[in-house]
Amino acid sequence: MSASGARYVIVGAGHAGGRGAEALRAAAPEARITVIGAETYPPYERPPLSKELLDGTMPVEKTFVRPLDWYAEQKIELKLGVAATAIDRGAKTVTLADGSSISYDRLLLTTGGRARRLKMPGGEGPNIVYLRDIEDTKRLKERLVPGAHVAVIGAGFIGLEVAASARKYGCDVTVLEVAQHPMGRVVAPEIGDWFANLHRSHGADVRTGTTVTSLEPGGRGLRVTVSDGSVIDADLVVPGIGVEPGVELAQAAGLDVQDGIMVDEFTRTSDPDIFAAGDATRHFNPFLGRHLRLESYQNAQNQAIAAAKVMAGGEDPFEELPWAWTDQHGVNLQVVGAPLAWDQLVWRGSPESQSFVLFYLAEGVPVAANTINSGRDMRPIRQLIRRATPMDPAKLANTSLKLQDLARG
Amino acid sequence: MTEETWIAVAPKSAVPEGEMLGVSAGGHQIALYNLDGEIYATDNICSHAFALLTDGYFDGDTVECPLHAGRFEIKTGKGMGPPIPCDIASFPVRVVGDDIQVQVTPKT
Repeated sequence: MSASGARYVIVGAGHAGGRGAEALRAAAPEARITVIGAETYPPYERPPLSKELLDGTMPVEKTFVRPLDWYAEQKIELKLGVAATAIDRGAKTVTLADGSSISYDRLLLTTGGRARRLKMPGGEGPNIVYLRDIEDTKRLKERLVPGAHVAVIGAGFIGLEVAASARKYGCDVTVLEVAQHPMGRVVAPEIGDWFANLHRSHGADVRTGTTVTSLEPGGRGLRVTVSDGSVIDADLVVPGIGVEPGVELAQAAGLDVQDGIMVDEFTRTSDPDIFAAGDATRHFNPFLGRHLRLESYQNAQNQAIAAAKVMAGGEDPFEELPWAWTDQHGVNLQVVGAPLAWDQLVWRGSPESQSFVLFYLAEGVPVAANTINSGRDMRPIRQLIRRATPMDPAKLANTSLKLQDLARG
Repeated sequence: MTEETWIAVAPKSAVPEGEMLGVSAGGHQIALYNLDGEIYATDNICSHAFALLTDGYFDGDTVECPLHAGRFEIKTGKGMGPPIPCDIASFPVRVVGDDIQVQVTPKT
């Protein structure tokens, strides 16, 4: 098989699928490329779904990775509104929901994920809106009217972004979080609490260490009872409790799946002609020395690009430092690194201010950092973490020393 | 009919070597960069999502957006790959005395 005349099929027309197609076309100008997506939209970026698209400051088209006509210009076939239903690895074909099938030389799975469901009675219904795709955003947007009471379950990125957008619309907002601190999966308690206070200062009722014990129809829509016995009378409940990877196709095809499609640092699955990228994967990161599943923009975009290059004959691994961001009430938080543990936090700038950096150190080595309204520091911070050498905390904290100088050593 | 005009935007001393500065002229938000003593000017707003490039990171002959790490060549405004969808404008620059002037078509 020569890469130039190869037949590439991408299953999943999300952000990863779109960037994968773009990078495949760049790497293999003569290849046949088909992208299959269950949704009717061309590949789009999801970050605006809980922010700019939800609060009405961005039109739908602006979320698209590329405009629809770009795919035709690039001779990339888009099959939208039709899900892939099976992979036959022996025949090297993908079957679609309309009964047709398509053959591949190499297959890229960018099957994304879905919003994790509340596993309790009342967890589905007209007053519960899960947020994952553009249609969900449209549905939610219609419900965010002034005075509506929105109960957000889960104070992660999505929950808090929805909470901020809902406040912009003049909704009353209650945020319910099981853990003691918001965003506990990705940031230190100190940062989580900083954001809890940000939301409180914008009028939201943020309750941590709080479990939802029942969801019942009644009152304005739903009566949400929580662990301290109090009841929230909500028009609408928005659960933001995580993502489940879209692994069904891969699993049914007999690929190695362990809470994500298992791939190595070259995005290869257990089948040499099948690759996978994005939210659906659990991938090996050589820098961190372990497998991890990431639901991030960076992972969707850059892992898909890495996959496309390998599929077309390249030899470079995907080994980036995990990085993600969130925007809430005009504050930009960026998170880099994925530490399992740290033993010291170093503040660069005051948390009393609206712009500062927090370093996470393990035995003196910076393993992660958060920037609050300080995105410009991200580049040298990445370099510092990449170096993986001990740093003097006093130097990291000293804002009169430039990070780029520290990063150079 | 509007025409391109030279507009003084800042004294050269306001943009030391290796630094950048955000200015506005003729209705444009413009980023000025001093690369090895030479001044360059581009649009200051990222073509991907709304952010000022002068809030980002100036490194070599590129500037990195502070929001999503998209990068542009400062000499040309050329976008350097995803997530950047298109290039940004690059403006002619001249230094007259200590004045940095950029050539823009004023927005009406």
